Amino acid sequence: MSQKTRPEGATALVTGASKGIGAAVAIALAEDGWNVGVNYRSDKEGAERTVKAIEDAGGKAIAVEGDVSDANGVPDALISKLEDELGPVLALVNNAGITADGLAIQLEDEDWDKVIDTNLTAAFRMTRRAMRPMIKARYGRVINIASVVGPRANAGQSNYAAAKAGLVGFTKTVATEVARRGVTVNAVAPGFIATSMTEDLPDAALDVVPAKRAGTPEEVAAAVRFLASDAAGYVTGSTLYVDGGMSA
Amino acid sequence: MPETVTPEAVETTVRDALVQFGPEPDDIKRDATFEELDVDSLDLAELSQIIEDEYGVKLKGEDVGKIKTVGDAVDLVVQRAG
Repeated sequence: MSQKTRPEGATALVTGASKGIGAAVAIALAEDGWNVGVNYRSDKEGAERTVKAIEDAGGKAIAVEGDVSDANGVPDALISKLEDELGPVLALVNNAGITADGLAIQLEDEDWDKVIDTNLTAAFRMTRRAMRPMIKARYGRVINIASVVGPRANAGQSNYAAAKAGLVGFTKTVATEVARRGVTVNAVAPGFIATSMTEDLPDAALDVVPAKRAGTPEEVAAAVRFLASDAAGYVTGSTLYVDGGMSA
Repeated sequence: MPETVTPEAVETTVRDALVQFGPEPDDIKRDATFEELDVDSLDLAELSQIIEDEYGVKLKGEDVGKIKTVGDAVDLVVQRAG
């Protein structure tokens, strides 16, 4: 009952792909032959830079604007647009994420809600919508960008940790729901990756990383590229850590 | 544009979808239960999508929970479309 080879015209939607891990993932998937929807919330220039990098390398991509934390029809709008302009959306990378740090004792409701909405609830809404073309095609790849934070503590990030740990639980359950339709659902858990999200961290933060360096967005993208590939058709419900040994 | 919603058309759509999910065509009768046909919640979720795409009739999770037989599904779609 399941399709083993990626269908013609298959498109990947990467949320939050204007910079950092998202941009690197979009570029890596395009290198592997996916058409790519480069989603952004407000950084249109960044998204267009990503699209240009993909096109310069011979790939196909368009920038698609939408705030994934907005409950009003954003998933349908993004996916329908990509279906019309590029092809069926058969890979979804739920990468869009924000932080709003503070100790739990001082965290405002607003800071809790917005991190949960963008990092977890948005992934659910996007996945719910993306499942439709994937189940129909008997082929799909959902990759949720989780984090070492969640399974592991990080003081000051209880909201982020809750969202990311939730994302792992979501990944496992949805994976079992749709596995027999050839749709895989996995998580990638980056550790400390050199992006704007981590640029203010002190060097001492790397003391707990056996590799003694931050990872690069390209190293995370390589993991996503594998999970999105035909070769990873039997990998589902799993979490792939890209963290220089931090979680070992 | 949604297809014309006659009981016969809906029954054909439901039958064609169910065959994809595994049951033998001869077993798909109006009074056959989904349980007898080994059709589970994922199959019914996909059937709901097919029906929505074909007839514009949206079947929610709670609807799907109530329909037990092929006939139930057909009748619900015809009722909702009418």
